[in-house]
Amino acid sequence: MLRVDHLSKTYGSGATATQAIKDLSFEIQAGEFVCIVGPSGCGKTTLLKTMSGLLEPTSGTVELGGKRVTGPPEQMALVFQDYSRSLYPWMTVAANVEFPLRKRGSKTERRGAVAQALESVGLDGFGDKYPWQLSGGMQQRVAIARGLAYRPEILLMDEPFASVDAQTRADLEDLVLKIRHDYGVTILFVTHDIDESVYLADRVVILSQRPTVVQETLDVPLPRPRDQVATKELPEFAHLRAHVYRAIKRPDSVAAPAGVA
Amino acid sequence: MNAKKLALEIVTPLLVIALIWWWTSGAESYYYPPLGDIFRAFADTWVFERFSADVLPSLGRLAAGYVIAAVLGIALGVVLGRQPTLRRMATPIVEFLRAIPAPALIPFAILVLGVENDAKIFLIAVVCVFPILLNTIDGVAGVEPTLLDTTRVYRIGRLDRLRYVVLPAAAPQIFAGLRTSLSLSLILMVISEMVASSNGIGYFILQSQRSFAITEMWSGILLLGLLGYLFNAVFTLVERRVLAWHIGARAGAQ
Ligand SMILES: Nc1ncnc2c1ncn2[C@@H]1O[C@H](COP(=O)(O)OP(=O)(O)OP(=O)(O)O)[C@@H](O)[C@H]1O
Ligand SMILES: [Mg+2]
Repeated sequence: MLRVDHLSKTYGSGATATQAIKDLSFEIQAGEFVCIVGPSGCGKTTLLKTMSGLLEPTSGTVELGGKRVTGPPEQMALVFQDYSRSLYPWMTVAANVEFPLRKRGSKTERRGAVAQALESVGLDGFGDKYPWQLSGGMQQRVAIARGLAYRPEILLMDEPFASVDAQTRADLEDLVLKIRHDYGVTILFVTHDIDESVYLADRVVILSQRPTVVQETLDVPLPRPRDQVATKELPEFAHLRAHVYRAIKRPDSVAAPAGVA
Repeated sequence: MNAKKLALEIVTPLLVIALIWWWTSGAESYYYPPLGDIFRAFADTWVFERFSADVLPSLGRLAAGYVIAAVLGIALGVVLGRQPTLRRMATPIVEFLRAIPAPALIPFAILVLGVENDAKIFLIAVVCVFPILLNTIDGVAGVEPTLLDTTRVYRIGRLDRLRYVVLPAAAPQIFAGLRTSLSLSLILMVISEMVASSNGIGYFILQSQRSFAITEMWSGILLLGLLGYLFNAVFTLVERRVLAWHIGARAGAQ
């Protein structure tokens, strides 16, 4: 469904150029939950921005449903890393969620979609509040609800839980799994948290340090539904987690043959 | 606490008035007539004897100049704020024009636009446009990039983006510019009316002085002070409404 083909991205040019992504290729099937893990600063945000058509790749292509992405596609929503900068502070929670739907359906239909989205993230009754009146975790839920109400086929999420506390984070992880189950949406989830990636994903794409390439792609055959305690107790979980950890920490020992030119 | 603050804000001005009253009523000074006389002259002159002769023309010019400045400043500011290349090209020109002391333009304005309203409106607009323009440019250029990315991801059209994202995001700065220009507009109104004019509050003050009607002159000055105070109060009220989100968000961040 979504194909990234020999993608590279360099910021700037000349002496000050930063090569954020060297060469990335991978594919996501419809309905899949894919996590991308990689060290801080390896270009994960850059990758998502390029995939969503916000940035132009320096070379390579992104294809969605066989069509090349040149600008933000209608079937795609993106939840940003920094929720506090992505919600419109002059709009209420409900208005934030409704704003992307302006051109769709009737007022009543939109209201319905907003109410449903807010309910599925556990925020019914908060529609009249302003984002800045909510906690960080709640704000991120608003951003997720906005993405959901937009009814995308694919939802990109950029380290959405990086700045919330551990308990909230666990709740939000389960919320995303539930949403994926209820809405059947394809999810590409970026994180630098190894446990999180293994807990959530069907497949984990591990990125290397810069210059960034795909280090490894790992299937996660853990049973669903997943559970914060039971799943994480499984020996397979520990095993997968250790595998990802090693791949990130000691890249050359795992993937040396493929990466050497 | 709040009642105490309010009391201080009311009591202090009253004390100052009482002090001036006491000081001027004793001294038989030609330049500083008794405050009571000034109040009486104020009532006789402005309520509503010369209201339509002087106050209305003044307010009309001020409103016209200010509105023109606001519309031009915001429109141009949005364009320049969103186009870095244009902005770079325009900056030296804007800085140069802004550096010209506006009263220097009075002879030109009178020459081209005559001694009627147009020249005065022009002068007010020319001066008031710059704070609004510069603040709008800053505000628009400084809109949080993530907000704009969000707007693009959700494929919001150009007009909606302007109306619902860019302008609200820049509103705090636009309002700062509008506030600066508001006091400038009053100043420029008076200056323009003291040169080649046949009515207006500024004209009245100058005329009173020339005909040795010092009490009336003071009543005009008093009126200007009151007008400025009133404008500011109304402006603050509007600002608090429009920027309620901004004030709330800032209070929350502390
Ligand atoms: N607009 C930009 N201009 C120049 N360099 C940039 C820009 N954005 C990002 N970079 C650089 O590109 C590299 C990748 O940045 P990016 O934000 O994509 O990393 P990330 O993996 O998302 O990091 P994090 O885990 O901290 O979110 C970094 O070295 C960063 O400094
Ligand atoms: Mg990032």
